[in-house]
Amino acid sequence: MDGAAPLFRMEGISKRYGGVRALEKADLTVTAGSIHAILGENGAGKSTLIKVMAGVVAPDEGAMSLDGREVTFASPAAANQAGIVCIFQELSLIPELSVADNIVISDPPKRFGMIDRKAQRRIAKEALARAGASDIHPRALVKDLPLSRRQMVEIAKALARKPRILILDEATSALTAADVAKVFAVLKRLRSEGLALLYISHRMNEIAELADHCTVFRNGRNVASYPAGSKSDNEVVELMIGREYSHIFPPKPVAASAAAPVLEARNLSWADRLDNISLSVRAGEVVGLGGLDGQGQRELLLAFFGVLRGLRGEVLIDGKPVSIASPTAASHGRIGMALIPEDRKTEGLMLPMTVRENLSFAALDRLSKAGIIDRAAEQRLIDDMVGLLAIKTAGLDIPVGALSGGNQQKVVIAKWLMRQPRIILLNDPTRGIDVGTKQELYQLMRKLADAGAAILFYSTDYDELIGCCDRVLVLYDGAIKRELVGEGITEHALIATALNIHGDDRRTGVGGKA
Amino acid sequence: MKDWRYWLAEERGTLLAFGIFIVMFAIYSANHPAGFTANVVQTAANKGVLLAFVAMAQTLVVITAGIDLSVGMIFTLTNCMASWLVVGTGLETTFGVLAVLGTGLICGAVNGAIVIYGRLQPIVATIATGAVFFGLALLLRPVPGGSVNEDLADFLTGRFFGVVPASLVALLVIVLIVWVPFSRSELGRAAYAAGSSETAAYMSGVPIRRGKFLAYTLAGLLAAIGGLFLTFFTYTGEAAYASGNAYTLFSIAAVVLGGVSLFGGKGSAIGAIFGALAFRTIGDLLFVFDFDPLWQPLFQGVILLIAVSLGAFALFRVRNRLEWFL
Amino acid sequence: MSETTLGGIMGGIAGRMPKFIRRADPAVLTAFACIVILLLLGSLYSRSFLSPEYLLQQLKVASFLGVIATGMMLVILLGQIDLSVPWSVAAGAMMACAAAAYGPVGIALAIPFGVLCGVAIGIVNGIGVAYLRIPSMIITLATNAVAQGLMVVYTGGFSPQDVATAAMRYLATGFTIPGVPNAVIIWALIGAAMVFALTRTSFGRAVYGIGNRERAAYLSGIDTRRIVMVAFAVSGGLSAFGGVLLAGYASKAAQSMGDAYLLPSIAAVVLGGTSILGGRGSYLGTVAGVILITLLQSILSVMQMPEAGRQIIYGVVMVAMLLLYGRAPASR
Repeated sequence: MDGAAPLFRMEGISKRYGGVRALEKADLTVTAGSIHAILGENGAGKSTLIKVMAGVVAPDEGAMSLDGREVTFASPAAANQAGIVCIFQELSLIPELSVADNIVISDPPKRFGMIDRKAQRRIAKEALARAGASDIHPRALVKDLPLSRRQMVEIAKALARKPRILILDEATSALTAADVAKVFAVLKRLRSEGLALLYISHRMNEIAELADHCTVFRNGRNVASYPAGSKSDNEVVELMIGREYSHIFPPKPVAASAAAPVLEARNLSWADRLDNISLSVRAGEVVGLGGLDGQGQRELLLAFFGVLRGLRGEVLIDGKPVSIASPTAASHGRIGMALIPEDRKTEGLMLPMTVRENLSFAALDRLSKAGIIDRAAEQRLIDDMVGLLAIKTAGLDIPVGALSGGNQQKVVIAKWLMRQPRIILLNDPTRGIDVGTKQELYQLMRKLADAGAAILFYSTDYDELIGCCDRVLVLYDGAIKRELVGEGITEHALIATALNIHGDDRRTGVGGKA
Repeated sequence: MKDWRYWLAEERGTLLAFGIFIVMFAIYSANHPAGFTANVVQTAANKGVLLAFVAMAQTLVVITAGIDLSVGMIFTLTNCMASWLVVGTGLETTFGVLAVLGTGLICGAVNGAIVIYGRLQPIVATIATGAVFFGLALLLRPVPGGSVNEDLADFLTGRFFGVVPASLVALLVIVLIVWVPFSRSELGRAAYAAGSSETAAYMSGVPIRRGKFLAYTLAGLLAAIGGLFLTFFTYTGEAAYASGNAYTLFSIAAVVLGGVSLFGGKGSAIGAIFGALAFRTIGDLLFVFDFDPLWQPLFQGVILLIAVSLGAFALFRVRNRLEWFL
Repeated sequence: MSETTLGGIMGGIAGRMPKFIRRADPAVLTAFACIVILLLLGSLYSRSFLSPEYLLQQLKVASFLGVIATGMMLVILLGQIDLSVPWSVAAGAMMACAAAAYGPVGIALAIPFGVLCGVAIGIVNGIGVAYLRIPSMIITLATNAVAQGLMVVYTGGFSPQDVATAAMRYLATGFTIPGVPNAVIIWALIGAAMVFALTRTSFGRAVYGIGNRERAAYLSGIDTRRIVMVAFAVSGGLSAFGGVLLAGYASKAAQSMGDAYLLPSIAAVVLGGTSILGGRGSYLGTVAGVILITLLQSILSVMQMPEAGRQIIYGVVMVAMLLLYGRAPASR
C-alpha cells in the first residue's frame, strides 16, 4: 500500500446469527484510490462484512471509522449518505420501475416538489454512460431487462450516488465478457479519480487483473492481507482452505457400489440455469455436488424433485424414464424420493407447529387410514425417529421453532426418513449447525447409504464433500465441469475446478462467461 | 427502440382500457335510441364519473400492493355527510365541501395508520373500518334524505358551453391536482416501489411507510370527492349498504380493467378511470340492446370474474413452481 | 406495549389454572372472559340475561353464525379469506326453497341441493385461488357478484316466493331433544366434525401446514392445491347450509339475507384467536367468537342500540382485538 491515511477502517467486528458466528473480530482497512479484493470460501464471512459496512445489518461488536471519525449506520440510506455504496449480489432494483427511476431512486431531481423527469433521464443517461452501458434505454423497465443488463443498471445506480467507497459483491457474476471489460475500465478510472473500491469475486483472473491489495477471509476472520500479485494462486487457495480439520467422517466403503443406477439424468437442461447435465447415482452411493454457490446445484435438486417446469432432457428411475410433475409425485409411490431443502426455516419446517406435527407431515398418507391419522402408529414411528437421530427436544408438543438449529435440521431429515425414501437429495444440510450435529449427520448419511439409499448431496463445505462422498460432480455455470472419484477428491481439485482454474499451477484460467 | 415505443409500453394498460372504453361507448351510443347526443354523453359521464373517482381511490392503495375494501363505505359516509353540510350560502357550502373532503382524508389516514403502523392485513383492517364508516353514515342518515346546494350541484353535473359534461371537467381537474402530483412526487414513487418490491425499496433507502400512508390518505380523499358528486347527482344522502359494497367491488373491477396490477407497483389512475368508464358502459350496454335489466348484475359479475382471471395468465410463464408461494 | 402487558396478565392468571386451560390460547381465554363480562353487564341491566331460556335462545341464534363461521375458519386457517359468504348463504337458502317447488322429489332433495349450490360457488373460488393463484379476496368477491347476478335473474328481482320445506323448518326451529333446539345440535355436530377434521385427520394437518408455510407444505409432498380447493368447497357448502337453516328459521329465503353474516363470520373467527395470516387457531376460539358476537348483538338490540351503533362497535372491536393478536411481525 502507498501509506496514505486509511479512508475507512473496521476493527474487531463480530456478528452472530443465532448460535452461528458469521464474523469473529474481523478487521479491514480501506484506502482511497485503490482496489481492494476480498477473497474467501463460501461462508467465510465476506457477505456479512459488507452488509455491516453498508448498514444492512448491525454488528454485535466492533467499531467503524470513516476519515478517522467513528461512525455507525442505522440503515442502508445512512451508509449511502456517508458515501458508502454497495452493489449487492441479490439485486436491489425495483422491477416495475424504469431504469431511470431506479438509478435516481434514493434522491430524485425535483422541480416544484415534483420529480423532474427530464433531469432524471439526463442523470440516468450520464450514469449509464459512465458505467459503459449506454445501450440501455433509461425508459426501459427493469423487469424487461436480462440479468446481465440489470447488473449494469445496478452499477450505474451506484455511480449516480457519487460514492466515496464502492463495494462490488460478485457484481460481475452475470455479466458477459464484453461487459466485464467495460466495467473493469470504469473501475480503473474510478480508482484514478480517488475512490476506494472493495471487490469481492471468486474469479481469480479478475482479481489478478484489478486488485491492488488482497485480504483473505476464513471462518469469519481476516487471515491474511498482502499486496496483489505477491502470492501464487496455489498459496491463495491454501490460505482460503486453511489447515483446520475439524470434521470426523465415517469410513467409506472399500469397493465402489456395483448396484444398478437408481437415479439418472440425461442431458437435463432448464432455462439458463442447468446446462446439459447427465449423471447417475447408484443404490448405496453418496454422490456429492460441488462448485461455488449458485452454479445450478439447487436447481438440479429441485428439477429431480418435480418443482421445475419446462425441463428438457430425461430423468430415469431404476433405468426407466419418468416424468415427475410435483413433490407429491416424487415422494409418493414407486419413486420414493426425499429432498432436504436449502432453508429449513421456510422450506423444511413450519416453525410454529409442534415437533410431532412436523415429523409426520411428509408421511401423513402413510400414517393415516381413510384420511384419519392412526395416532398409535404415528407415535411409534416418531419414537423410532427421535431415537435414531437422537433429537433433543423438551417434548413432542412444543413448537419446532424452539429447538436448536441442529435439532431442527434433524427434524427435517427425520420427517423424510419416516417415508423410508430410496433416493435422498440433500441441499446443503449442514449450513449453520454445530459441529457435533454435523458429525452425526455424516454418520447417518453413510448408514442410510449402506442400507441401500441413493444419496445426492450438495454442500458448500469442501471438507464435507471430501469426507462423505464416493464421487463428486463439480458444477460451474449450470454444467458439470468435472467428476472426481475416490482419492481424486481433494481440496485442491475441488477449489480449482470450482473457480474454473485449469491445472494446478497455471496462473489464471478463462472463466466460463467472463 | 424509439422513445415512443417506450411510451407505448409504459401506457399499454391505460391505452388498452381506453380502447375498450372507446369501442364499448361507440357500440353503446350507436345503438342508443337517442344516438350520440350531448344528453346521452352527459348522462353516461355522470354515472361513470362516480365510479371513476372510487376507482382512482382504489388504484392508489392497490399500487402499494394493498387493498381498500372500505372505499365504498367512505363514499357512502361522505355522501351522507354532504347531504347535511353542503347547503346554504356560498360560504357555508364551501365549508361544507371542505369538511366532507377532510372527513375523507381522515378516513383514509385511519386506514393507512392501522395498516402501516398497526401492521394489520389491509383486507381485514379495511373491512373493519368499512363497518365503522358505514355505521357513521347510518348515524347521519338513518333514513334517506337531506339536500344539497342545488346551484353548485347543477353547475357540476350540467354541461359547459352546452356540450362538455361538467362532471368530466371536474374529473380532469381532480386528476391534475391529485393524481399527477402524486404520481410524480418522491412519495408517490415510494408507493410504487413498495408495491413492486418492498425489500428492494428498503435496500434503496426509499421512504416506504410515508409513501404508503400518503396513498391510503389520498384514497380517502378521492372516495370523498366521489361521495360529494353522488350527492350532487341525487340531491340526497343515503346510507345504502348494498350500494357502498357494490362501489367497492366495482372499483376493483375497474382497476383490473384499467391495467393496474393487484400485486402492486404497476398501473395508473388514468387507466383505472377508463376502466371505470368502460365497466359502466358495459353494464349499460344491456339496456340499449333491450335486455332485461335483471341480467345486469350477472353480466357485471361475469365481466369481473373474467377480468380478475386475466391476471392469472402470467402464472403459466412461471417455470419454478416454488415461485407460486412467494 | 399493550400486547406484553395483556399477555403477562393472562399468563399470570393462566399460571394458576389447571393444565388444559394453561395450554389454551390467551386469545380464546380472553374471548371467553369477554363473554362472561358481557353476561354480567347484561344481568345488571336485566335479570333475564342469566336465565336458561335466554341463554338457549342465544345459542340457537348463534348456531346459524356458527355454521357459517366454521367454513370461514377453515379458509382463514389457510391464510385465505372467503368474501362470497353473503350470496353463498342467499343462494343456499333460495335454491333449497326453489327445489321445494318441484314436488316430493324436490322437497326431499331441497337441502342437499341448496348445499351443493354453495359447494359449486366454493369450487369456483378454490379453482381461482389454488390453480390460478388469484388473490382469494378478489376471486371470492367476483364469485359473490356472479352468484348475486344468478339469483337476481332467477327471482326476477322480486323477493323469492318459495317457502322453506318442513324439513328445513324442523332443522332450524324444531326440538329433537326436549329443551335443546335442533339448530344448536346441528352446530354441535358440525363443530365436532370440524374439530375432528382439524386435529385427527391428515387433511387438518395439511390445512395448518399450508397456513403456516405453503412452500414447506408443498415441498413435503402435500398436494396443496387440492387441499385449498377442498377447503373453499367446504366453506361454500357450509355457508349455503347456514342459509338453508336461516330459510328454515324464517320460513323463506330473502335476497340480502347473507349480507349480515360476512363481517360477523370473519370477526368471530378472528376474535377467537385464529390468525388472519393462517396456520394458527382453534375451533374452540371460533365458538367463543361466535357466542361473543351473538351476545354483543343481542345485548345491543335489547338496549335498543340502532344498527349504526352496532356497525361501529363491530368495527372498533375488530380493529382493537386485531391490534392485540393479529399483527404482522415488525420488519428488520
